[in-house]
Formats: sequence, C-alpha cells, structure tokens
Amino acid sequence: MNEEALEAVGDYRYGFHDPENATIRFDKGLSEQVVRDISELKNEPQWMTDIRIKAYRHFEERAMPDWGNCNLLDSINFENVTYFLRSSNKTEKNWDDVPDDIKNTFNRLGIPEAEQKWLGGVTAQYESEAVYHSIREDLEEQGVIFLDMDTGLKTHPELVKKFFGTVVPHSDNKFSALNTAVWSGGSFIYVPKGVSVEMPVQAYFRINAKNMGQFERTLIIADEGSTIHYVEGCTAPSYSTDSLHSAVVELIAMEGAKIRYSTVQNWSNNVYNLVTKRAVAHKNATVEWVDGNIGSKLTMKYPSVLLKGEGAHAEVISVAYAGEGQHQDAGAKVHHLAPNTTSNILSKSISKNGGRSSYRGMLQVMPKATGCRSKVVCDALILDDSSRSDTYPTMEIGNATADLEHEASVSKVSSDQLFYLMSRGLPEEEAMGLIVNGFFEPFTRELPMEYAVELNKLLELEMEGSIG
Amino acid sequence: MLRVENLHVSVEGTSIIKGLNLKIHRGEIHVIMGRNGAGKSTLANVVMGHPAYEITDGSIFFEGRPLEEMAVFERARAGMFLSFQYPAVIPGVQVGTFLKKSVASVRDDPPKGRVFRKELNAAMAQLEMDKSFLSRYVNDGFSGGEKKRLEMLQMLLLKPTLALLDETDSGLDIDALRIVAKGINQIAPEAGCLIITHYQRLLDHVKPHFVHAMIDGAIVKTGGPELALELEERGYDWLDAAA
Ligand SMILES: Nc1ncnc2c1ncn2[C@@H]1O[C@H](COP(=O)(O)OP(=O)(O)OP(=O)(O)O)[C@@H](O)[C@H]1O
Ligand SMILES: [Mg+2]
Repeated sequence: MNEEALEAVGDYRYGFHDPENATIRFDKGLSEQVVRDISELKNEPQWMTDIRIKAYRHFEERAMPDWGNCNLLDSINFENVTYFLRSSNKTEKNWDDVPDDIKNTFNRLGIPEAEQKWLGGVTAQYESEAVYHSIREDLEEQGVIFLDMDTGLKTHPELVKKFFGTVVPHSDNKFSALNTAVWSGGSFIYVPKGVSVEMPVQAYFRINAKNMGQFERTLIIADEGSTIHYVEGCTAPSYSTDSLHSAVVELIAMEGAKIRYSTVQNWSNNVYNLVTKRAVAHKNATVEWVDGNIGSKLTMKYPSVLLKGEGAHAEVISVAYAGEGQHQDAGAKVHHLAPNTTSNILSKSISKNGGRSSYRGMLQVMPKATGCRSKVVCDALILDDSSRSDTYPTMEIGNATADLEHEASVSKVSSDQLFYLMSRGLPEEEAMGLIVNGFFEPFTRELPMEYAVELNKLLELEMEGSIG
Repeated sequence: MLRVENLHVSVEGTSIIKGLNLKIHRGEIHVIMGRNGAGKSTLANVVMGHPAYEITDGSIFFEGRPLEEMAVFERARAGMFLSFQYPAVIPGVQVGTFLKKSVASVRDDPPKGRVFRKELNAAMAQLEMDKSFLSRYVNDGFSGGEKKRLEMLQMLLLKPTLALLDETDSGLDIDALRIVAKGINQIAPEAGCLIITHYQRLLDHVKPHFVHAMIDGAIVKTGGPELALELEERGYDWLDAAA
C-alpha cells in the first residue's frame, strides 16, 4: 500500500487498495460495442447477448429517476466508468491459487477465516468477476447449486434462461437496464426441493480499481420447501473519484420455501450504490431482506417482495447510517398480490455530521388480496442539527379487509441517556456508540454473530472523534 | 471526601440551589430530606456533572480536586456513583453488555471472563435478581422497583467511594427495601454515602450519621437520625422560617 492510499483511508478501515493488475481491462465508456464485447468475451449464448443489447438500448433512452437525490444522480458520468475489468483469469477453488495481492486483500477482510468457521460456501468477487469460489461438499451432494453467475450461465443455461429477468425486468428502471446490459459476476443459487441449507453462504464484493463499475447479477431460486440464508458484504478503496456499483438481485421462493438475504453494505464514500433487489414469494413462502447500509456516497435501494401466493410472508429489516457527505435513500416495497399474505417492515436510520437518510416505502394491497396484514415501523435518529431525515411512505390499499399498522418516529439522543451512561464511566463518544448500537439492535440481532460484532465495531468507530 | 461550598445552581435561568454547604467524609452516611422540588435531585445531578445544570457560584471538591475540571466519566472513574431517581432507558442495549462495559471503564483492575461472571452472579443473587435481566435492555420495560435494583447492582459492581442515592428506596416493596439496605450497608464502611429520601423507613435498616433538611435549595437544619423521625412526623412547615 502506498502513502497516498494510506492517507485516503482515514477512518474507513477498508479503504486500502492493491496495485491494479488487470489481465483484461476495457477502456472507459459505454457503447453497444462494449456490451457486445463483454458478452463475446464471456462466450455467451446468443439469447443472452440479445437481452444485453435490448437492455442497453433501453438504458440509452431511459431518463434518470426524477426522485431521490437528483443532483447526485445527474452528476454520474457514465463515460468515466470502466465497465469491465478482469483481474484473474480463473475462478479458483483454493485460496492458494488466487493471485497474492487479491488473496491478501480478502485475508484482511477476514473472508477465508469466516469461511472456515461458519459458512457453507463463499464467492469472492474482485472487480468484474469472481476470483474465488467454493461450496461445502455436503451441500453439493444434496444438489445445492451455488456458483458465480457467469459459471451458472455456462453450466445451467436452461435454469438461467427460465428465470433471468423475470423478477426484475431490464425495463424496470434505468439502472436495472444498465445492469442487464453489462452485468458480470454475482451469484447463482438453486436449492432443491425440501433441502435446508443450515449454514449461510456468503458473497463478498470488492472494488479495487479507480472509476470502476461493478454490475453483479444475482439469481436465487429456492425450490418448494427449501431454505437458504445468503449473506453479502462489500467494501472498496477510498478514492477521490467516484465508482459505480449497480447490481440486480432476483429471488424466487417457491411454495413453502424460505429465503433470507442479509447485506452489510460498507462501500467507501466515493461509491454510488444503485441497486435493484426484488423477490417473488409463492404460496406460504417467506422472504426476508435484512439490509444494512453503512457506506457509499449515495445509496438508492428498496428491497421489495411480490407476495404472489396465498399465505406468503415478507420481512424487511433495514438500517441506514448516513455520515458526512452521504445520502442513504433506502426503504422497502411490499406488494400484497394474494389473499392472506403478511408483511413486516422495520426501518431504522441514523444521520450524523450533515448526513442525510431517507426512507422510501411502498405498501400495496391489491383489490383481490383479502385478509392481508402489514406492519410498517420507521424510526430515525438524528445526532446533530446539521443532519437530516425524511420519510416518503406510499400506501395503495385496494380493499377494506387489510389490517395495517404504521408507526414513524424521529428522535434525538437524549442528554439523560448520555448522562446515564457517562455516569457509569463511559466517555461521551463511547456512550453515543452504545446508544447507536442499541438503536440498530433489532437489525444486528438478525445477522450472523460475526457480522453483528463487526457492525457494532464499525458504528463505534463512526462515533469516534465526532463529538465536542 | 466531598465538599460542597456555597453552591448556587440554576437550570434554564431559574435558580434552584441557593448557597448549599455540605461535607461528607469516608465512612459517613448522610441523609437529605426535603419537599418535592426542593432541589435534592438537582444537587445529586450537579455533583455527578449533568450538563443541564449551571453552577453560578460556589464550588464542589472531590478528594480535594475541584469537580469542574473532571468530565462525568472521570468522576465515575474516580469513584463517584449516582443511583438515579429516574434511571434512563437505553433501548437495544443489553444489561449484561452494559455492566461489562461499565465495570471495565470504572474499575482499575476490572475482573474478566469467569471472574466477572462469578462476581455478577453473586451480586445478582444478593439482590434477588433473576439472571434473565442480563439479556433485557437497560431499564426498558422495567418496573419501578426493578429499575432501583439494577441501580443497586451497578453500585455493588462498581464499588464506589462516594455513593449518591437519589430516592433509591422509593417504590420498593418491603423485601426489596431490606435488600437495598443491605447493599448500602455493604459499601458504606469504605465509602461516603448521601441518601436522598422521603421516608424514615429505610433508616430502620441503614443508620445515618447526619440528617439534613433541605428547603428551597439550601440545607436549613442538620441533626442525627432523630431529625428524620421528626421531619416525618411534623413535615417541613416548621422549618420555613429558617429558610
Ligand atoms: N432539567 C430541568 N429543567 C427544568 N427544571 C428543572 C430541571 N431539573 C430540575 N428542575 C426544577 O428544579 C426544581 C428542583 O427539582 P429537583 O428534581 O431537584 O427536586 P427534588 O428535591 O429532587 O424533588 P422530588 O422530591 O420531587 O424528587 C423543580 O422545580 C424542578 O422542576
Ligand atoms: Mg428528586
């Protein structure tokens, strides 16, 4: 790590970077040719190339969203982004075979260690593609497919063709179009009927190069009565120029299946994080989004669930931390399409040092979806007068049988809480850190323990040097 | 160990403590009684360093050091402890986590791991607190008496040399009162204690050396345990002339 890099790190512990040793690197900028080149390089079937081209044309025509943080969105320079960068020629099964720099980075991020201790499988993506991938043998024996998306397309084209773009069509929004055009990497998971994957599987996304664009694409299919817990983490170096992360995630939970998708997003503060995440839950299925947004410059992400089958259930627990120069525009969308479906949305945000957090929610109950229940709770904590929090809830309720609850609160840390903790020997920053951790606890307790500990440490660091 | 000299305190421009003097030595138990709103909690909060209160005149010394130069957490580390009349609720923070952090910050030789567990278990047993409290959130949904027990638990674990107990006996059932008294008596020989109370009944279990009557922000009369009995019987009106 050079000195410049060290300086850039600041408080953000993951801001270091490796030398850029690309084996293939596209010139910056986007065109139809770039899209074709990506597809050709990956040796894709024609139908995928066609999807990409169609999506690219839609992206070109599609206007930027006219909501959210328009100023920041308009400042994205799509011509200054590297759309494809390969840093290792192969996805390895053994960490020892991963190039040293990259391996060291993942070591510093604690991935191999976590893998040994508590994970059922790991994909490590570096820039555009997975550099490491592995799944426990017992899971493989049960027929669980866990691959990086590129390999998934090669080895299971029929499954991919059947489900790709069915939950998030390319035309959903400008960034889903962009992702569909230039996607690379991500995870492909299929859990067979009745199989319960007890240990979580994890994907870790790392951006290393400057002005990088990372566009992973994830598709998870949980067949009838199966369960899976997928965990993702992400970090990037701190640069003075921006990077773009725009993923699409599609989940399909068949009858009686359960998918939990947990995210701890901790991009450096120069990353635009514009992600479309959506799930379909069939009869009696459960989908849980556990979504934490700590880093990035601008995040716009609203994990959503289409409750398509009777008795399906959605759970969205999200937290957002917006510090200096950050805007977290996050939330949840749940569409009750079938009778007797239920949902719970809990959103918590903290704004500090001029940070801005917005909750944007959509709750829809279709006219024929009778007997639905939903509870939405939004709590915002504002730590100083220069910070900001807004809520934009939307409800479209199509019938009178729905049982709905909505609570929202905006609060400040009370001086009595701080004083209480300080009187027990905690300096102000530590006291603040404890209160903040407590505020996020309903989220943290849903994470695997290792993640929870890490998140609490992160938040405590964020509280340091901030009071006075 | 605690010396309060001609203390004047105001909150948001209203003067509340008006020329208060008090000296507490190690091993002494002092009791302050006074009407609602007399300024008793204000005194305890000011000594501990609550930022809402402004000292407009006078000074406070702890073991010879002027308190104004010590931050709240430093006061705790120096051995001061306040049992709150209304302990704050800290949602999402488990009692166990909080106690561990607090003990680690306050004590010079914080016990670790199993030693800490053992000490914690012993203290909780003494206070007849169920272990399930450890996984509850600090004061969240606690009954009045449970809150007071948690304050006592903290006191036993932090082993203060100056304990300010603000109405720790209020809202306690008879058994709890006895348990709390036992806790106070346990630390009292090595510490200075300032007990704020409205009732004589705690004093059946804890023998004070001094009882002070506070009227309108000042101590107007000091006596022995018999003063507490007298105040309970006669109220405060007869002292108004002295204020
Ligand atoms: N933070 C505050 N802001 C405004 N007024 C306050 C504050 N703290 C105390 N006061 C006022 O100061 C006066 C003294 O309050 P204090 O709590 O010290 O009384 P007390 O003697 O402890 O009464 P009690 O027996 O009811 O506990 C009261 O009139 C109270 O309303
Ligand atoms: Mg009081």
